[in-house]
Amino acid sequence: MSSLPPVSARRLRTDRVMRGLLGAGTVAALIPLVLVIYYVLLKGLGALSWSFFSTDPTGNFLGDPGGIKSAILGTIEIVVLASVIAIPIGIGVALYLVEYGKQGRLAYVIRYFVDVMTGVPSIVFGLFVYVTLVVGTGYAAWKGSVALALLMLPIVARSSEVVLLLVPDSLREAALALGTPRWRVVLRIVLPTAASGLVTGALLSVARAAGETAPLLFTASLVNGTNFALGKPTNSLPLQIFSDVQQAQDRLQQRAWGAALTLVALILLLTLFARLLASRRTV
Amino acid sequence: MEAGSLTPRGDRSVLERSPRERAADPIFRAVLLGLGLGVLAIILYFFIKLASESSDAFSKFGVLGFTFGADWDVSRLQFGAWPLLFGTIVSSAIALIVGVPIAVATALFVTELCPRRLRAPLSILVDLLAAVPSVVYGLWGFLFLVPHLRGFQQFLADTFSFLPFVGGTVAGPSYFIAGLILAIMILPIVSAITREVVSRVPVEHKEAALALGATRWEMIRMAVLPYSRAGITGASMLGLGRALGETIAVTLVIGNSPSIGKQVFDQGYTLAAVIANEFGEAANQPLHKSALFAAGLVLFLLTLAVNAAARAIVQRSERGQRAAPAEAAGAAPAAAVGA
Repeated sequence: MSSLPPVSARRLRTDRVMRGLLGAGTVAALIPLVLVIYYVLLKGLGALSWSFFSTDPTGNFLGDPGGIKSAILGTIEIVVLASVIAIPIGIGVALYLVEYGKQGRLAYVIRYFVDVMTGVPSIVFGLFVYVTLVVGTGYAAWKGSVALALLMLPIVARSSEVVLLLVPDSLREAALALGTPRWRVVLRIVLPTAASGLVTGALLSVARAAGETAPLLFTASLVNGTNFALGKPTNSLPLQIFSDVQQAQDRLQQRAWGAALTLVALILLLTLFARLLASRRTV
Repeated sequence: MEAGSLTPRGDRSVLERSPRERAADPIFRAVLLGLGLGVLAIILYFFIKLASESSDAFSKFGVLGFTFGADWDVSRLQFGAWPLLFGTIVSSAIALIVGVPIAVATALFVTELCPRRLRAPLSILVDLLAAVPSVVYGLWGFLFLVPHLRGFQQFLADTFSFLPFVGGTVAGPSYFIAGLILAIMILPIVSAITREVVSRVPVEHKEAALALGATRWEMIRMAVLPYSRAGITGASMLGLGRALGETIAVTLVIGNSPSIGKQVFDQGYTLAAVIANEFGEAANQPLHKSALFAAGLVLFLLTLAVNAAARAIVQRSERGQRAAPAEAAGAAPAAAVGA
């Protein structure tokens, strides 16, 4: 039996160095995550209290800056409305692409434009909504929702398309062979089969939208008080953070950290929930 | 007998649907088609609206004069976007230089080197970077990174002053800090796509390399990287598209000074940041407002071009990979280099 020639020392050294570098790169990627989470917890936990969640920002430069109640409620209000707009439309577009458009030319064009929409910087959507809806009539929560919906729509459409493509054709064919009309096949067979995947994609888009600041700057604006009127300017967590961090005042920056912790916790919960659903996916 | 009968009932078969039932299908189809066409209409309207709003600035300064004019001065109503475009490009370039190697290293480590048990947790941790909102990165960059990295930046500026575009006194906020923050923000997306691409390398190619006596690194270099090069390039371009359009985090850490920095540790400005900062005060000054829309249009076209290139590259690599197993089935891994 002949033995293999030994691997040269130089090659072994290169191997070890490169493996070390790849490992070091992975550690380097995790450092910012650890630092961000650590600092948000460190500074944010100190800001949390019952009154932090139960009072509105006062807007006073001196004295008590108040809490973030209006920002939390505003974010929820704006994001829920944005989801109501974007998720059905996004899934509808995906259904058209998968069930009717398939590989046709129109479907290709729609797919392309959805991709273009994915790449539009969020601040530019803010500008667009400003000129089409805000000019002359003023800021309002629902206009912020429209801006966020524009951002969510392509995410929902593309993720839904991927999931709908996974539904086996045999299911559709079986239903059609039994005489079921096409629309019932889609609504009663395809959608329920793909449901968990659709929910995952939708939740991830909601998580993405909840953290967006730029589209809300000139649409929903920044106010102090809580209100549930969709037609009025409404506060939101990202804008509150953005505004507080630029004030050179410890108390306001402290509130920014607390608000950041709240926002990160909300988004992480949504994301983890979405991933949990995704990992239990049956399709 | 009555219920299952195929005999005509009136003038139509019992298996035939009533006209009203039959109308449901075309209607359903039309609604879905309408949604699809609605998306097209929105994007077209979006583009037209952006172009018409920015026409004032473009006609005053000229398209090239606006895009490459070096003077952005609100008080004199002089609007040239080059300092902003320059800042956008420089900060995104730094993000790519710092972020892409780390993202690719992470992807390779997770798919090829680390123990199987660590694979899922490490992927999830890297993906979590994407769950942190940009305003929180901005907050962290502004209150932690800028003050803590001042010394480090000065050290880099002094040590590498022989390089062009480096050296001199550092400002706190800078292109460099903005680039670092952007690097962190593009890391998860670049890493996730690279992971996907790398995991599609046929196992035969890797085993062939190992069987020929390659070390692990040599296997990665000779079998994995050539096969996934196009995919990694596409992933980086998608990351670039993301970095170019990022607004809030950059606004907080780049210093917001509309001048062309002489070095990477100077303060700068980006297209997105200028819109975020100045739009509120521009509402009553038509030319200023129009200039900001023009900045938005330039930014949109820039990201559009980068994303289109990225998609083309990724699609070509996917086609190449689908064709590859057939032609490279019996060949050495090196055959995939051309694919």
